[in-house]
Amino acid sequence: MLSRIAESLFWIGRYIERADDTARILDIYLQQILEDASVEDGACRSLFEVMGRDVPADGGPVGTREVLGQLAYDRQSSSSITGALAAARVNARSARDSVSSEMWEALNLTYLDLSEQRRRAERVGPHRFFQWVRERTSLANGVADATMSRDDSWLFLDLGRSIERVDMTARLITTRVAGGATGPTWTTLLRACGANEAYLRTYRGRVSDRTAAEFLLLDRLFPRSMFFALSRAEDRISMLDRGEEGRVGTEDAARRLLGRARTGLEFRGVDEMLSDLPGYLESIQSACADATTAIGTRYFPHAVIQWVGKGA
Amino acid sequence: MPPTVEPSPADAAALAAVSAVVNAAETSAPYRADVADLFSDYSFGRAWDEMFASPGVTRPAYDAVIKAVQALDADELKARADSLARSFLDRGVTFDVGGVESPFPTDLIPRIIEAAEWDVVSRGVSQRVKALEAFLADVYGDRRVVEDGVVPQRVLITSKYFERHAYGIEPANGVRIHVAGIDLIRDEQGKFRVLEDNVRIPSGVSYVLENRRATMQVLPELFSGVRARTVSDYPAKLLQALRKAAPRGISDPTIVLLTPGAYNAAYFEHTLLARTMGVELVEGRDLVCSNNTVRMRTTSGERRVDVIYRRVDDAFLDPVHFIPTSVLGCPGLLTAARAGNVTIANAVGNGVADDKLLYTYVPDLVRYYLNEEPLIDNVDTFRLEEPAHLAEVLDRLDELVLKPVDGSGGKGIVIGPQASKDELDELRTKVLEDPRGWIAQQVVHLSTVPTVIGDKIAPRHVDLRPFAVSDGDDVWVLPGGLTRVALPEGSLVVNSSQGGGSKDTLVLDKVRFAGDNDLTAEEPPPVEEVDTDGDGSIPAAALPAQLNMRSPDPGPLAAQDQQQQQQ
Repeated sequence: MLSRIAESLFWIGRYIERADDTARILDIYLQQILEDASVEDGACRSLFEVMGRDVPADGGPVGTREVLGQLAYDRQSSSSITGALAAARVNARSARDSVSSEMWEALNLTYLDLSEQRRRAERVGPHRFFQWVRERTSLANGVADATMSRDDSWLFLDLGRSIERVDMTARLITTRVAGGATGPTWTTLLRACGANEAYLRTYRGRVSDRTAAEFLLLDRLFPRSMFFALSRAEDRISMLDRGEEGRVGTEDAARRLLGRARTGLEFRGVDEMLSDLPGYLESIQSACADATTAIGTRYFPHAVIQWVGKGA
Repeated sequence: MPPTVEPSPADAAALAAVSAVVNAAETSAPYRADVADLFSDYSFGRAWDEMFASPGVTRPAYDAVIKAVQALDADELKARADSLARSFLDRGVTFDVGGVESPFPTDLIPRIIEAAEWDVVSRGVSQRVKALEAFLADVYGDRRVVEDGVVPQRVLITSKYFERHAYGIEPANGVRIHVAGIDLIRDEQGKFRVLEDNVRIPSGVSYVLENRRATMQVLPELFSGVRARTVSDYPAKLLQALRKAAPRGISDPTIVLLTPGAYNAAYFEHTLLARTMGVELVEGRDLVCSNNTVRMRTTSGERRVDVIYRRVDDAFLDPVHFIPTSVLGCPGLLTAARAGNVTIANAVGNGVADDKLLYTYVPDLVRYYLNEEPLIDNVDTFRLEEPAHLAEVLDRLDELVLKPVDGSGGKGIVIGPQASKDELDELRTKVLEDPRGWIAQQVVHLSTVPTVIGDKIAPRHVDLRPFAVSDGDDVWVLPGGLTRVALPEGSLVVNSSQGGGSKDTLVLDKVRFAGDNDLTAEEPPPVEEVDTDGDGSIPAAALPAQLNMRSPDPGPLAAQDQQQQQQ
C-alpha cells in the first residue's frame, strides 16, 4: 500500500485511541476534584504534567476550566480530545479510499458533532462529553473491526492504536504515582480502564494495590493492560515485517524496541517494578516514541524533491 | 382512493388558488388540496417545463413523481429535504469552495427522462464523442481536417489548450477521451441542444451516484412506481475502459487515480471513484518517475504504475513540461507516456477539442469524420472572428450571452439581458481586443423542473451533463447524467460555484410495469454483466432452483422455555 496512506492509518489508530484514553483519564480526575475541591490546583497541575503539556504559566491557580480548555476542547492541539478527533478525521479524509465508508462516516459524524457535544457538556457537565467520546471511539473501533480487511492497512491502524494504548496506559498509571496521597487510587485507575470488574473476577478475595498494579501492568488477557497492548503492537510489527526471521535477532528496529520493552515487563515481577515505577513508565514511553520514529523511517519515507523547476 | 369529502374552508381557499390548474387537468392524475398547495407558487415562463405540458397538465413521464409527492404534506416535504441534506454532510459528499467543505445541495424531486428521449440523447452524445476523438487523433497527427478546409489552422493553434507536448504520445488503444461530459440543455421547444463539450477532466459523476443512493432512501415510494435504469455500473465501466487503455503487452495493469489532494473541489469524487474501482488514490508526491517508467511509493518499496486516471489539469501534470513549480504532478510523466510505458487518461492536449470556438465546428466534424448528420444540434452561436458576425454581436450585446472560449465553471459569462450598461461597455472593449477569445450565443431559456424551495415546489432552470466512457471499442453513455439546477429564482446559471444544486436524473426503462397500459410491453433488456476479465461471473445453473436454508439456531434458552412449558 501507499506509504502516505499507511502513515495516515497509523495515525488514525493513534488519534482514536488517544481521544478515548484522554477522555478516560480526564473523567477520573474531574470526578476526584468534585469529591474534594481542595485538591483542584494540585491535581490539575499533575494532570498537565502527566499528559506532557506545559502548565499554563500565568501564575494563578490551575483548575477544571484550564484542563477542559486545553486537554478536552482545544481544536489546535492533537493532544486534546477534540484536536485528536479532528486529526483522525483529517487523516481519514486523505486516506479516504483505504478507510471503509462506514469508518469514515463514523469519524466524520463525530467531528461534525463536536461543537454540539461541547455545548451540551457546558450545560450538563463534562462527564457526558467523555462518555460520548468513549462511545464514538468505540463505534469507530468497532466499525473498523467489522469492515476492514485484515491486510496491511488494518495492521497499520491497529499498530497505531496499540502503541498509543501502551503510551496512554503508562500515563494513566503515572497519575497514581504523580498524585501521591491525593492521586487517584488503583481502583479508580481500574475503573478508568473499564477493568475493575475483570480485575475483581480475576483476583476475587486478593484485592490490594499490588494485585491491581499487577493487573494493569502485566495481565496477559485484559486488552488494556500494558503487557497486552505492547504484545499486540509487537505482533503487528512482526506481521508487517512478513516474519522474515534471520538467524540472529531481528533487523527491524521498531520490533527490537517493542520486544525489549515487552520482555522488560514480562520477566520482571510486579514488586521489582513497583520499586521504581516512574522510571519504568518513562522507559516504556520512550520505547513507544522511538518505535514510532523507526516505523516512520522504514515505512513512511517522505518524498525527496527530485526536480525543482527554474520558475520557482 | 380516500373517500371524497367536502373541503374545509382553508382547503377551499387553496383549491380556489389553483382552480385553474385543477380544471385544466385532463390527465388522470387527481390533485388533493394540500398537494395542489405545494404547487401553488408554480409559475410558467417562456421556458419548457419538463413536468407540466400546460398549467395543470402533467407529462406522462412525471406520473410517478406526482403520485409520490401527493402523499406528502408541506412538513413532510421539508423533513425529507432536510434528511437528504444531512445525509450528504454526514457522508462527506461535499465540494470545496475556497478551502471550506460545503455540501452540494441536492433536490428531493428527481428529474425524469423518457426512454425514447434518452435514446436520442445517448446516441447523440456517443456520436459527438466519437467525432471529437477522431478530431484529436487528426489534430495530433496528419491534420487532414485543416487540409480539407473543415477547420482553419489558426483555430487550432490559437487555442489555449492546444498542446505541442501531446505530439508523439500515441494512446495504446487509440483513445484520448476516456471520459467525456457533454453539457446539454433543453430549449423553449423542449429540444435537447449541446451547450459545451468537456473532454479534459469532466467532473460531477460522483453526484450522479450519490444522488441516486440518497434519493432512493428519502423517496422510496417513487422508485416503487417507476422502472429506472441503474447508474451503479459507472465505476465498473470506467475501470474496464482504463484497463483496456493500458500500454501494450500489459494484461493486468496497475491503475491509479491521480488527485490534486484533499483540498481540491472534487476530492470527494476522486475518493469515491478510487474506492468503487478498487484502485489506489495517489497524489503527485506518491509517484516517482525513473527510466521512463512511473512508480508509486508503497510500504513494500516502489511499484510500477501502468495507467493514470488523472484528475489534475494538463498545466500541473508534469513540471518538466508545464508549470515548473507545480507539486501536484510528477516530473517525467509525459516522457514516460511518450515512451509508451504509461497511459495518461484523459490524454494531454484534449483541451483543443473543447475550446468554445472549436465547438462551433463540431457539427461539421460529425459530418466530416463520421459521415452522419448530428443527432443533437448546437445552440446557435456566432464566431466573432468573422467581421459580419462581430458587427452583429456588438450591435446586440444586450440580447446575447457572451462566453470566454477557455472558461469553465460559468466563469466570465455575461448574460446580455441581465447585465448593466457598464458591464456591457466593459465587455465590448474586451471583445474588440480579442475576438478569438469569445463566442456569442442566443439566450436560451433552459427548461424548468419542479424543485423544492422551502416548503413549496417551484420551477427552476436545469441543464444536463451526461457522462460518456470510451474503451476503444465502444462509447458507453451513463443513463441520465448530472442534472444541475440554478437555485435562485429565474437564474440561468447552474454552476455549483454560483448557487447551483443538483437532482437525481431517472431515465425510464423501455419496459414499464404491467399496470401501465399506455406502453406495449417489450422484452426486458438482458442484464449486462460487467466483468472485466470475461470469466468471473457465476452461471445461473450453478445455483439450485430452490434453496433449503435452515432457520437460524434458536439457542439453548428457547429450548429450555419449551421444556418448561411442557412440564
